[in-house]
Amino acid sequence: MIKVENLTKRYPGHTAIEDLSFEVGKGEIMGFLGPNGAGKSTTMRILSSFMPATSGRATIAGFDVFEQSLQARSHLGYMPENVPLYKDMRVTEYLDYRAALKGVPHRRIAERVGDVKELCGLKDVEKKLVGALSKGYRQRVGLADALVHEPELLILDEPTSGLDPNQIRQVRDLIRNLGKQHTILLSTHILPEVEMTCSRVIIINKGRIEACDTPENLLGEIRTAGGVLLEARVGAEDGAEELKKIAGVRDVTTTTDGEWQRFSLRVESGADLREEVFRLAADRRWSVRELSQRKATLEDVFVEITHADDV
Amino acid sequence: MRKFLTLLDREVRSYFYSPIAYIVLVFFLLLSGVDFYFQLSFMNGRPVPYTVQEAFFNSVFFWFAFVLIFPLITMRLFSEEFKLGTIEPLMTAPVRDWQVVLSKFFGALVFYIVLWIPTLLYFVIFQTVTHDPAANSAGAYLGSYLMLFLLGIFYLSIGCLASVLTTNQIVAAVISFCAITLHFFSGLVSFIVQDVSSATRQLLGYFSAIEQMGTLSRGEIDTRPIVLYLSMTIVMLALTHQAFQSRKWRL
Repeated sequence: MIKVENLTKRYPGHTAIEDLSFEVGKGEIMGFLGPNGAGKSTTMRILSSFMPATSGRATIAGFDVFEQSLQARSHLGYMPENVPLYKDMRVTEYLDYRAALKGVPHRRIAERVGDVKELCGLKDVEKKLVGALSKGYRQRVGLADALVHEPELLILDEPTSGLDPNQIRQVRDLIRNLGKQHTILLSTHILPEVEMTCSRVIIINKGRIEACDTPENLLGEIRTAGGVLLEARVGAEDGAEELKKIAGVRDVTTTTDGEWQRFSLRVESGADLREEVFRLAADRRWSVRELSQRKATLEDVFVEITHADDV
Repeated sequence: MRKFLTLLDREVRSYFYSPIAYIVLVFFLLLSGVDFYFQLSFMNGRPVPYTVQEAFFNSVFFWFAFVLIFPLITMRLFSEEFKLGTIEPLMTAPVRDWQVVLSKFFGALVFYIVLWIPTLLYFVIFQTVTHDPAANSAGAYLGSYLMLFLLGIFYLSIGCLASVLTTNQIVAAVISFCAITLHFFSGLVSFIVQDVSSATRQLLGYFSAIEQMGTLSRGEIDTRPIVLYLSMTIVMLALTHQAFQSRKWRL
């Protein structure tokens, strides 16, 4: 659906994105991650034909976003960051207008607008002025707008920014459902969201792609993959020293809570050392009140990748 | 064509959603009403060598109201979309740049025409009250409103250009106000500066909206202003289109 080759965008004085290449296949939900200013919005704006790239090529459904911009745009539903809307229009009126603008046949407009209002939970506010809506509802109007002409591809720039946890959950469920029929490229800061919704993830930093893979593979690859947490009463012994002797343990940090000590073990990637830790504790007759494994999250991946060169 | 009509519909509606439209309508009608009243009361007292149309369309009141309405109508056209960011959903929909430019121009034109419709009533009332066909002629009506239309499209296109150049509505209003005032009053230069040559005077006369208005409101349909303003409007709209397209490269 999306094919990006060597895409570069330069502004006077700095480079927003450099030499990006990636592909998004039909039916994929692609997460686009990166710190602020990494070039996510720039890439999305180029893909939606809002601005041209300095060099490189991007195609949507086989149409070049610059040369055949009109066809590319009609295959695409784009929701910009912060969702700018005409505040003086009513919800239904706005969606009718957008549907007509995007070439939905006249007799189908009422049906399509009804469908997207249903889908995005806008029935209660359909007669309200867009300007009077809360942030969450405006976000939904933006999403309804992106969907109204049944595009094969959705590009959503931070669809959940500024929403409360309940609304985030609703939007996430909505996106996951949409993913069954649409190809989606979405950018976000909220990492658990990506783990739950996306089939593949691109991590971008300072205008370059740092990683592009499935969330599972990314988690497998990182060095600081999770660890084991042990909370025990070890008496006079040096628990940390003993734990470090277990093969596969990279590092142990200790915090003390009265006579209990919490050991946080960083382990080699992929290893599950809970059994070894338990055996050690049993041998030494330590009282254990917690033993658990902490799984690596995309947050660890993100921090590791995007902070690597800051340290 | 359908997309253009959709855009035009939205532009015209947006005028009537904002309070500015009603303020402009009320004050414009107030000013032109006062103008009409004064002209009539003046003519009522003594015989005058001009018609009621000439008087109405050539008074200071009229000039004042006239140059002021264009910046008010056009300042928000593009500036507001740039400022609020609504240009992004607009231009990522499958619409062409010229469709957007023309819809904004024609939207403003529709509002401008709505602004003038009530003034027709003045003359209808005048006719019924006076029963005096001598003070009227079809040519004078046609000429006056034709001139209003021609000047209207030209000044609206200047306003479009000013609005596309900036994200600030006030800046857009100041630019278009200055440009329009300079053009509209250039015809007065020959009255103020006495020592200009007759050739300069004649040249300025060709561009002088005041002089052309004088001619057309007498019922003399001169084709020169028709060609001048139509072509100038096309030039201004082409420049607007260019400036609008260039935004992509400035982003």
